[in-house]
Amino acid sequence: MYQYDEIDQRIVDERVAQFRDQTRRFLAGQISEDDFRPLRLQNGLYIQRHAPMLRVAIPYGVLASRQLRKLAHIARAYDRGTGHFSTRQNIQFNWPQLEQVPDILAELATVQMHAIQTSGNCVRNTTTDHFAGVAADELIDPRVYCELIRQWSTFHPEFAFLPRKFKIAVNGALEDRAATWVHDIGLHAVRADDGEIGFRVIVGGGLGRTPMIGTVVREFLPWRHLLTYLEAILRVYNRYGRRDNKHKARIKILVKAMTPERFQREVEAEWAQLQDGPNTVVEEELARIEARMLRPRYENLPDGAPAELQRALQEERAFRRWHERNVHAHQVPGYASVVLSLKATGRAPGDATAEQMDAVADLADRYGFGEIRVSHEQNLILPDIRQADLPELHAQLKALGFATPNIGLLTNIISCPGGDFCSLANARSIPVAQAIQQRFDDLDRLYDIGELDLNISGCMNACGHHHVGNIGILGVDKHGSEFYQITIGGSQAPARLGRVIGPSLGHEEVPDAIEALIGVYLEARLHAEERFVDVVERLGLEPFRERVYAQPEAEVLYA
Amino acid sequence: MPDVIRNRRIETDSFLRVESLDGVAPDADVLVPLALLATQRDVLQARSGKLGLWLETADEPVEVAQYLPLLDLVVVHFASFADGRGHSIARLLRERHGFRGEIRAVGDVFKETLFYLSRCGFDAFVLRPGESVEEALKGFDVFSEAYQASVERPSPLFRRRQAAVSKGLPA
Repeated sequence: MYQYDEIDQRIVDERVAQFRDQTRRFLAGQISEDDFRPLRLQNGLYIQRHAPMLRVAIPYGVLASRQLRKLAHIARAYDRGTGHFSTRQNIQFNWPQLEQVPDILAELATVQMHAIQTSGNCVRNTTTDHFAGVAADELIDPRVYCELIRQWSTFHPEFAFLPRKFKIAVNGALEDRAATWVHDIGLHAVRADDGEIGFRVIVGGGLGRTPMIGTVVREFLPWRHLLTYLEAILRVYNRYGRRDNKHKARIKILVKAMTPERFQREVEAEWAQLQDGPNTVVEEELARIEARMLRPRYENLPDGAPAELQRALQEERAFRRWHERNVHAHQVPGYASVVLSLKATGRAPGDATAEQMDAVADLADRYGFGEIRVSHEQNLILPDIRQADLPELHAQLKALGFATPNIGLLTNIISCPGGDFCSLANARSIPVAQAIQQRFDDLDRLYDIGELDLNISGCMNACGHHHVGNIGILGVDKHGSEFYQITIGGSQAPARLGRVIGPSLGHEEVPDAIEALIGVYLEARLHAEERFVDVVERLGLEPFRERVYAQPEAEVLYA
Repeated sequence: MPDVIRNRRIETDSFLRVESLDGVAPDADVLVPLALLATQRDVLQARSGKLGLWLETADEPVEVAQYLPLLDLVVVHFASFADGRGHSIARLLRERHGFRGEIRAVGDVFKETLFYLSRCGFDAFVLRPGESVEEALKGFDVFSEAYQASVERPSPLFRRRQAAVSKGLPA
């Protein structure tokens, strides 16, 4: 992880002082509600249903144990003891007091954290693969470039007031674990045949009310040109993106309206003017960032499963399952990455208590190199665990309630906070997630169903990424009641958008509908390796639709 | 036009905003819309008073470029401070078209907006009504450093850090 130098620290400290001043003037009536809104949003502060919500950035998903302990402290001292990990590698606190937010930011600054640009119409927290730097299928570690983008986008003078929010994701592995095709800009770090590092640049993807898969505007952009090219894209968007209608203001709408070809020409024309300018990245800067990244000092371990691991795999079924689902292959022999499931049945997906955060920080220190990752699937990861320690760690995680072996399975539900907390939501998400988790609580059944992503959003802003869930659930409001629209066939990698199966359903009908979808799948699959999403692809919507709406107990309500 | 912040000082403004030249003294400093500049270019050029151009954030800098040698001032009007197009206009006028005259932000301008605007090339500001000048002036110094290349500081921090390292200074 990147260690701030004196300048990085000063900028964050000055931001705290600035926000303290803004809050003071707002509370004194010197800044109007309307003016304060964009100012507080640029610092991740929403006024929510019950209280303000503060969103804190976890840049590219990397946390040090002392930072996680600080988050636990904030949850305890300023909130009601819980934090919610979001789908964009942020953590959200749902109960802070407005007057105390400057103090929270000051506490965060002591561990090199902030809430800068976690909301508002600006460049947001840059996200990446939660296994960056450790995944066995990695081509390039994207984190140095993520830090480069973090610094470039922090208080960018020209792009602080864009038409709408702007999200950049970077991926450097074979598998896209950063949802790059559904971001405003997606970057694939790649190595050319001659060894040069560069990026495939994707623009105009996004979810929300107009979901779209992005367009490649450049197959290979050499790393030196990364920032000038981003400036060119942002400038075209800043100048020509729509500002008259916030629902049509994202870059995806501009790309579509201009056509991708013309948009690309505009960007290239702009870039021709910026290329090789002062923002051209220099090798020394990459080296400087790299030198400030604390890298783990791995031991020289033999390849292959150590005896402790083999024994546990043979003797314990629960361990075997957990190992199969929650343990991920590592680049370095003898190590593995472990996913801590924040999706135990009965808990709000992505929530962790202060005690749990402290405990995870301790485990990271004891078994790893003091590092924790946050995934966009709202789980935590211990990236560097000796394989020989896995049985012991498993026991510890079990005691903490973080060992649910459901990564990649139906109950690893991605969910936004929904109507219980969020003032944008049309419907609640968490109770629906919990009802589904309860219905599919049986592990044997869950394993039989196999790989399946189920994502829930409480409104069409799509924070729960429902469009790219194999099963997606979207909360909608009908005449003041909560209903849920179901899509199937979406996927994150390869990026595909789900299709709506039919009229939306009432809250209590959702688990039955999921049951019906699963029933069709289990009957139709040709073999155990054919996943739910493959069967949807093969058969289309019809058999699924038929079964869901044929349910005698399902009272179908038409819009 | 009300007083203007220039070089962090309040100065009196001499420009008169006009839609036509009827009855305007030839030595008066005038601020005109793009349409007038396009139709009366020669007349405006022949006057002895200073010439300023009024732009809205939706206007295109490239259309303005041909007139820049005639201009002492470009005003960009922000109907809302959250309209970032004006920021791009100023950068383009400075960095692409080489404009060295005054670029003035007017409209929804107040303390929180000055830091970004000045980095984009604005060097004069008219605060919206009711704002305290003394408070607003502090807005320039909220941050002592910035990462990006800007009009104020064409070298991005990463190049200056590098320069500091090669000179043996602490980064």
